[in-house]
Amino acid sequence: MNKVMSNKLVLTLYVLPALCLLLGIVYVPIVYTGIYGLMEWNGISDMKFIGLDNYQKLMSDSSFWNSAKHSMYFAILSTASLLPYLLVAVLLSGNIRGVNIFRKIYLIPMLLSSVAIAQLWLKVYHPTSGILNTFLESLGVAKTPAWLADPNLVLGALFIPILWQYAGFYILIYYAALKNIPQSIVEAARIDGANAWQIAFRIKIPLISEVIKVTVVLAVVGSLKYFDLIYIMTDGGPNQASEVMASYMYHKAFRTFDFGYGSAVGFFLLLICLAATWLIRKLTASKEKIQYS
Amino acid sequence: MKSTNGLALKRGQTQKPVSQTGGGSKKGIAGKLILYFLLTIAAVMQLFPLVWLLLFSLKNNQEIFNLPPLALPEEIRWNNYVKVWTSGNIDVYFVNSIVVTLVSVVLTILLASFATFALTRMRWKLQPLVLGLFMVGLMIPLHSTLIPLFILFQALGLIDNLWSIILSYTAFNLPITIMILLGFYYALPREIEEAAIVDGCSVNRMFIRIILPMTSSVMVTAAIINMIYNWNEFVFVNTFISSDTLKTLTVGVQNFVGQYSTDWGAIGATLMISILPILLAFLIMSDRIVEGIAAGSVKG
Repeated sequence: MNKVMSNKLVLTLYVLPALCLLLGIVYVPIVYTGIYGLMEWNGISDMKFIGLDNYQKLMSDSSFWNSAKHSMYFAILSTASLLPYLLVAVLLSGNIRGVNIFRKIYLIPMLLSSVAIAQLWLKVYHPTSGILNTFLESLGVAKTPAWLADPNLVLGALFIPILWQYAGFYILIYYAALKNIPQSIVEAARIDGANAWQIAFRIKIPLISEVIKVTVVLAVVGSLKYFDLIYIMTDGGPNQASEVMASYMYHKAFRTFDFGYGSAVGFFLLLICLAATWLIRKLTASKEKIQYS
Repeated sequence: MKSTNGLALKRGQTQKPVSQTGGGSKKGIAGKLILYFLLTIAAVMQLFPLVWLLLFSLKNNQEIFNLPPLALPEEIRWNNYVKVWTSGNIDVYFVNSIVVTLVSVVLTILLASFATFALTRMRWKLQPLVLGLFMVGLMIPLHSTLIPLFILFQALGLIDNLWSIILSYTAFNLPITIMILLGFYYALPREIEEAAIVDGCSVNRMFIRIILPMTSSVMVTAAIINMIYNWNEFVFVNTFISSDTLKTLTVGVQNFVGQYSTDWGAIGATLMISILPILLAFLIMSDRIVEGIAAGSVKG
């Protein structure tokens, strides 16, 4: 048995194709991103090794830090939005009829491409003919805002479609996790006299803390690498007011053909994503041990 | 946030009598009504922009701008759909999307199944390391790989070739697919393998004839998740494909909409065409999709 199940040839044949693709298309390119980040290079002429100059430039590049700030802003808002999602999931997980219909409806925006979502919301936000301003005008608002052209409003206006797109996704994750809790635990608590409020906040939510941790990581990392919707809706504008890290990298690399500097931004983005994952896992892991050991 | 908390409390208080006595007190019914009211408002908010999109895809500009947003058009203008389908490359984009999506999904599921079997059922030293590589792959932003991939595909002559995006989709979807499959494979009983091996079955034969068919349900779930990702992917196509005839729907639609910047009916019809396959798939297989998305994320 052991001999058959550790057959080297079979193992190689089974793992190697997937592993080669992963290494070739994900890991090796990352190494190259790191190397290109040390070069001055426009993609055509010869590469020139310049050491850490790109990173030094990055540290004092106010446009980059501006984009990093916007990415952080999205990360914080996305994480905060997890709480109402969790509450909706708790509500849904009670014994009510029609749960399936609700959670399916909530999920629909998640299935659409960012292009469709972006184009749709461009129409929603259209300054004169959009449904939002039409509605505001009907309420008697005299001066309706130009949502995506106003540097003060643009980030908030971009966050609404993000919220809309992912609401169903997170509600579904929480709902599935809550439904996985053994009924006996909830029953035991009820017999001990806990009310539903206590059951939700003292028992159900702590029991799915692993899943909550995963969603926080997903929300933060997802926000840090957010790109499509912003690229299509505002292209980082007006005047870089909605530029995020990924779009800044894209502009540097594929618009101004500064491949070296773009790579440095890309590598930094990778480090931030991995650091954020690690940090969240670290912070939340210790807390849990205190609760359960 | 405060008000939602309050609601959870109200809902919580009403749940107990209902579940214990099986009937609803007045307070219980009021609580349920509030609950349903709020859940319905949320549902309307999720659907409203889409309903509006459907409506304006059937109107002309005059109707869009002069009638109330939710008014039905005077006559249903299917010609918006006919116009965008016949006047541009939408049909070509559509076929490209189907080809790219199907090829990548089949490749991903196949490669991931073989790898997951080796990762969960076979014994080897590097197993934790390889599994770790796949799981960390979940956290890697594709933007960080974009420049080297562009250079790599250029060197391989794959820029402006559908293989560049098929390979990228497959590689980037392997981690999530393996993650979905993992739990299922771990749960398979060892006895099946032992029995097969005692009967003189080779590993290949056992995997392909016995294990793989057993995982068909989780493969379908993983395939649907892959399908949604691939159908909607934007950045890789936007970066690696430049010929109009090789673009997929997402990028094609984005460029196409530019030509119709003022004809909202045509834009609406274009967008509806691009999202209809996914919406149809959802209507037919919604339970599977809901399960799949839940499975894909909870098991982490």
